[in-house]
Amino acid sequence: MLGPFVGVLFDGFAYGMLLFLLSVGLSVTLGMMNFVNLAHCAFAMLGGYVTVTLMRDFQWPFFATLPLAFLSAAATAVVFERALYRRLYRASELDQVLLTIGIAFISVAVAAYLYGTVQQPVELPSYLRGSWTLLGVNFGIYRVFLVVTALVIALVLGLMLEFTRFGGTIRAAVDNQRMARGLGIDVDRSFAVTFALGSGLAGLGGALAIEIVGLDPAFAFHYLVYVLIVVSVGGLGSIGGSFAAASLIGFSDVAGKYYVPELGAFLIYLVMLALLMWRPAGLFGKR
Amino acid sequence: MTAPALTVHGLNKSFGSLVVANDIELVLPPGERHALIGPNGAGKTTLINLMTGMLTPDSGQILLGDSDISRLSPDLRVKRGLVRTFQINSLFPHLSALEAVTLAVCERRGIAPAWWRALPAYRDAIEEAYAILLSLRLGDVCTRPTRELAYGQQRLLEIALALATGPRVLLLDEPAAGVPREESAELFAAIAGLSKDISILFIEHDMNVVFRFASRIIVMVGGRILVEGTPVQIATDQQVREVYLGKRHHV
Amino acid sequence: MASASSAFAPQAYLQAQTRWRAVELAFWLSCLLPFVLFPNYLVLASQIAITALFALSLDLILGYAGIVSLGHAAFFGLGAYSAGLLAKHGWGEPLSGLVLGAVVAALVGYVSSFVIARFRHLTLIMITLGFGLLLHELANKAHWLTGGADGLQGVRMWPLLGAFMFDLWGFTAYAYALIVLFAVFLVTRRLTNSPFGLSLRGIRENPVRMPAIGAPSVAHIRKIYTLSAAIAGIAGALLAQTTETVSLETLSFQRSADVLVILVLGGAGRLYGGFVGAIIFMVARDRFSGLTPQYWYFGIGVLLVAVVMFLPNGILGGLARLAAAWRGKAT
Repeated sequence: MLGPFVGVLFDGFAYGMLLFLLSVGLSVTLGMMNFVNLAHCAFAMLGGYVTVTLMRDFQWPFFATLPLAFLSAAATAVVFERALYRRLYRASELDQVLLTIGIAFISVAVAAYLYGTVQQPVELPSYLRGSWTLLGVNFGIYRVFLVVTALVIALVLGLMLEFTRFGGTIRAAVDNQRMARGLGIDVDRSFAVTFALGSGLAGLGGALAIEIVGLDPAFAFHYLVYVLIVVSVGGLGSIGGSFAAASLIGFSDVAGKYYVPELGAFLIYLVMLALLMWRPAGLFGKR
Repeated sequence: MTAPALTVHGLNKSFGSLVVANDIELVLPPGERHALIGPNGAGKTTLINLMTGMLTPDSGQILLGDSDISRLSPDLRVKRGLVRTFQINSLFPHLSALEAVTLAVCERRGIAPAWWRALPAYRDAIEEAYAILLSLRLGDVCTRPTRELAYGQQRLLEIALALATGPRVLLLDEPAAGVPREESAELFAAIAGLSKDISILFIEHDMNVVFRFASRIIVMVGGRILVEGTPVQIATDQQVREVYLGKRHHV
Repeated sequence: MASASSAFAPQAYLQAQTRWRAVELAFWLSCLLPFVLFPNYLVLASQIAITALFALSLDLILGYAGIVSLGHAAFFGLGAYSAGLLAKHGWGEPLSGLVLGAVVAALVGYVSSFVIARFRHLTLIMITLGFGLLLHELANKAHWLTGGADGLQGVRMWPLLGAFMFDLWGFTAYAYALIVLFAVFLVTRRLTNSPFGLSLRGIRENPVRMPAIGAPSVAHIRKIYTLSAAIAGIAGALLAQTTETVSLETLSFQRSADVLVILVLGGAGRLYGGFVGAIIFMVARDRFSGLTPQYWYFGIGVLLVAVVMFLPNGILGGLARLAAAWRGKAT
């Protein structure tokens, strides 16, 4: 009985780490600017398609495509931020929602035009396939790789936020944007950098997600829901919160689908609504 | 002897280690005009927020007349007659001045929930709102959207909104903030002309204004009431001179 | 100047603002045109009227009270399934189906309004989104009741008022939908011109100030949210009755997003915005129905970006500004 449970626990955690990569950027940018970016997963999707294209049409190895998935998402994010988002920082959340839903719609259409609506395959290198068996429990090698990658990134982000000057700027801005501006911090500029970094991580997450959840144009909306759940449960602007919430949601989702498949996604929505009503600022949010 | 219009008893509030209200005691007799002064960050606006229920105190009691209002929600405190204005304009940008004041009158008269009769059917409420606007000399601009009004007019509209709620106690948070000095005298003349049925506590930095309009002055420093007294007492108080007036010798 | 202000009559001024305008009358009269000009498009016309009604319900909470909802289809779907199930199980009388749809949606709206009224901003968006998804998933899984992804089949309507059969050309359907739309519109028009309507605009303009003038915002929001849910329920019930089927799509995120797009395109906070948006949106979708859905949404996406960037108050807002500029030039 314990074997399958540990297996589900591990798969859930691995899935949670994927959600963490996809959502941490949105959490921090939301915390800084209160900008509701519903196009966040469109940037993640871009990373996924970059990886697919490089591997299929240019025979790049999987690992070589990952930095490019990150960079392309980050670069695109900068362009959008400078051209469109910047003008709506002080607009109503309705305007922000409308603009970013619009961008997400466009991204879905463009992806469908270029790649069709079919699932995109990704050919993993042989050493990432298969699984290790430990005490009768199967650990997929790719999932182990995913967990390690996410842990390293979480650690680096945490250290950066805590100990670098840039991290201090971000923390100040999340804590109290007006005060930070008053102290002479250029919030808009550090936001642009954070936004690029966060979108880049989403792009990386998108590339890493293909093997686990597949990639088609619906990605931009389907995983947006999960990402928003993680962000609102974890609390805005909190890396630790995102990490814990992503693990929790990842595990609930996988366990729910494994043990009570007839409920489907119902369970996860219920968990989210209950948590939001109980703690509207998220499990770890301060506001 | 009648009960004070407003009594604050043992009010405390802190955010973490920062104490913003330290055992505040305050009594405002009916019809009086008291001034609340103190350096920036002394906790004056916080005190108004605590009294009006926009912040919840850690402990303490707030009495309006004889009744304890400490546990009422902000809108119910307004209904009982404890009303404030804001230091930074907090208005309804796209409503005309007439609509905004009518809105407040409707809320007071309890007709705001009515959705089956058109607004013009409530002639009395509209006329009352217009009379308030006229009394503050906003009659000529009352059909203009609030955001198009001059800044000084918007400050007056702040007061008009408060008056429309039928206040017994009015808490004015720097009513003349940002208004040029010559206009500010006019604004305070309007305030001084208000009915004596309304007791007023106002925050103000301009000492000329304070000494002219206040019957008593309360000095706050660091979340505490330092001293309270008549203008003459305050002007000669050694403590006040040191911590407050010491920096500004224009009195 | 003094004489001008003493002659000013505030009540008459406000009355003049609520008077019916010629444009409004012209609009409603032109709604009869499809009967003579486009008799082949009455089915489409009835769907436009239903969508317009749905958009009107969203306008009450979004345009007037400033509540952003990404899950308003929940109430539309509730109304549709209620009316559909009633007819499927042997009671095909249309008007009682409308009432049931309104009541069920209003009840759920009333209960959820206790949650809605407590939150704003991102949390509110998430809660409305989550609630919509939850209901969609519930209907999907409750196959025995709703038919799941196959939709609710076997809805049979009786003739309207016992006299008018629902015909294949949509004659009865459009007349029915149009009359209901007009009746509900009269109610909402009265509401928005009432003291309550003024309080709603106050909440939209400055929710923080409302308690400081003694306004119980939470009670106001609960009331309008319930009413809006009821109207959305009526719209859903109309769709179920006129198409004699209910699909899972009535509860979908897509429908919530579409109605938001429609309202914002037309212009929120002016009652007619949703109507204008619905006409443009539905006619365009009918014209481009040959297109794959992805390309349709490319257009919607571009439209959204354009509206937010260049037309912040929608088409009607833009027209109003144009008219104001014109008048300014004339005088």
